[in-house]
Amino acid sequence: MSAIAQKKGFGSVLWDWLTTVDHKKIAILYLASGGFFFIVGGIEAMLIRIQLAVPGNDFLSAGLYNEILTMHGTTMIFLAAMPILFGYMNAVVPLQIGARDVAFPFLNSLGFWLFFFGGIFLNLSWFMGGAPDAGWTSYASLSLYSPGNGIDFYALGLQVSGAGTYIAGINFLVTIINMRAPGMTYMRMPLFTWTTFVASALILFAFPPLTIGLFFLIFDRMFGANFFDHTMGGNTIIWEHLFWIFGHPEVYILILPAFGIFSEIFAIFSRKRLFGYSAMVFATVLIGFLGFMVWAHHMFTVGLGPTANAIFAVATMAIAVPTGVKIFNWLLTIWGGSIKVTTPMLYALGFIPSFVAGGVTGVMQAAAPLDYQLHDSYFIVAHFHYVIVGGVVLAILAGLHLYWPLMFNQMLDEKLGKITFWLFFFGFHATFFIQHFLGLMGMPRRVFTFVGDQGWDAFNAISSGGAVFMALGVIVLVVNIVKTVVQNKPAGTDPWEDGRTLEWAIPQPVPFYNFKRTPLVRGLDTFWIEKQEGNKEGMTYAEPLSDIHMPNNSFIPFVMSLGLFIASFGALYNGEKTWAVPVLVIGLAITVISMGVRSWKDDHGYHIHKEDLMDDKGGKY
Amino acid sequence: MGHDTHVVVAKNKTQYEYARRKRSHHMQMQVVTFAIMIFLTFIAFATVAAGMSAFYVAPVILLLAAVQVVLQLYYFMHMSDKGHNMAAFFLYSGALFGFTFIITFLTIVWW
Repeated sequence: MSAIAQKKGFGSVLWDWLTTVDHKKIAILYLASGGFFFIVGGIEAMLIRIQLAVPGNDFLSAGLYNEILTMHGTTMIFLAAMPILFGYMNAVVPLQIGARDVAFPFLNSLGFWLFFFGGIFLNLSWFMGGAPDAGWTSYASLSLYSPGNGIDFYALGLQVSGAGTYIAGINFLVTIINMRAPGMTYMRMPLFTWTTFVASALILFAFPPLTIGLFFLIFDRMFGANFFDHTMGGNTIIWEHLFWIFGHPEVYILILPAFGIFSEIFAIFSRKRLFGYSAMVFATVLIGFLGFMVWAHHMFTVGLGPTANAIFAVATMAIAVPTGVKIFNWLLTIWGGSIKVTTPMLYALGFIPSFVAGGVTGVMQAAAPLDYQLHDSYFIVAHFHYVIVGGVVLAILAGLHLYWPLMFNQMLDEKLGKITFWLFFFGFHATFFIQHFLGLMGMPRRVFTFVGDQGWDAFNAISSGGAVFMALGVIVLVVNIVKTVVQNKPAGTDPWEDGRTLEWAIPQPVPFYNFKRTPLVRGLDTFWIEKQEGNKEGMTYAEPLSDIHMPNNSFIPFVMSLGLFIASFGALYNGEKTWAVPVLVIGLAITVISMGVRSWKDDHGYHIHKEDLMDDKGGKY
Repeated sequence: MGHDTHVVVAKNKTQYEYARRKRSHHMQMQVVTFAIMIFLTFIAFATVAAGMSAFYVAPVILLLAAVQVVLQLYYFMHMSDKGHNMAAFFLYSGALFGFTFIITFLTIVWW
């Protein structure tokens, strides 16, 4: 089984990627498809800003604008931000905790393919009679009455990709609980692993309400049920509750891994132990808990009554406390450190003021009476773009630079990286800062155009101009990636020279079994400790060299997901086309049969014998 | 996958005796718990059969049900054993979240 570096034809390379269960390859799949959807969502954003650049514009029609706006939000949240973060989690977490793979490699692959097919299904709506047009929240009072199949694509696509996310979340929970190397206690886990853990727990509890809500919507729209139809005894508010019980934890699912990435960056490039590690862990867990107690702050204006509004307002403000703890800890990590301003560090430094600005407007909206003024205005748009772009997207870009050498054994160009940062950072603030004032001046969100001479013209033009800079930043980033890939210069082990955690101690390129011998973890920042003690290898080992048990590749996850993809078309056209029900049945049958094959056919994986390991690099052991 | 090596060590006489005593104690607990659960179920049926007011019967049955769930978790699903801290933590977290959702729905949606 020493098939480590054989020359392969295109077909076998493709087959390898379709069947892979290796967390490092699945990470690249997540990153590539998430990156693709990020570009798609970015193009949609540019179309929105072109339409709003001047008053009374007719670049987009009202209906098309609604579709683009909905797809921008949905794509960016579900198909870009989350998958890219999953990419980093897959690439980094197993290495960081000293594991050879995630707990369930097969499920890892299944999670990816479900997400992928769900995302493709959702975007096929563009070519099959129109995209969803009820906003990314898809409130039932609006979405039930949306003509065409757009909302059906939304509900089914998110259902399929949501199942993938759920599987990935469970997988990371089990991995982090069970697969940590000897010595890696909970309080020695690097912060990115901790935030992945808490984000996965949030996925565990937050996705079931979304699944229920989406099923209700699917049954209402496609199978004649009346869960949200008040004329038939349903209740349209239930959707809003179910959506936000999911939706609020969802934003923490996005931001916590971002916090994790920045925590790593601050420690690495300040060349200091993370300040207040245990407080950071506590704050992360607390944010996770409070995240479930605040969802109704999205619904202050629904009319829940003053008592409910007051409770949810206070609970929301409480979240500012652990978040503040984090901000101060980051500042104190930098304080007195020997700072190296690399591209990731630049993003991290830019993140602090941007995210604090978003957090401050968040607390403003938490005050229910003020929210009555701010609700559904551009102030809200400015707020959530400040936390999501200023927090999550900056983390994604920072993580791209930080983890690129780990994933591909190449360094992204630092100079181009810094140009990207400044273009993107300037563009981001130019686009969204001014939207706060547009909101305070009364411009409602989600309008496809506006009448001139209300004092909004110049601000909207500035906002659109800022978006151009963000686009330029992303273009420079793409150039940077192409340049780096073409040059293909090996970065080697510990490319940032100040790596602190296990993932930087592994020889590059990372062997497909990760660790020849499981490392022994002797404290927080393991690799740093070993380096301080002059250990050239960077690791102390916990076991003698022995056979390594590896999982076999499998094509079943792809087929299982394909079955649900096909079944979704059947459900979508139920009652409209005669072939709908047979297609639904065939699709589900494909999925069920492949589940059966997986269950009844034993697959014990294979062993890499230790003699093969020794041959690998000159028989050192 | 690498570090799941199981080392089997034969028990000595004291360890064997200890394990034996522990197991028989476990068995006793299970039987006792089973008896308690049957008794609780009997009370539930009895309150209904006695024709008591629904306002009394419903909360009593719900309370008994909660007790049954706890007994089930701890004595039959081994949550009292070692190494179940994380499972217990997630279970209680989930219960707390679910409780919050239901309370909210009862007070502001379904009133």
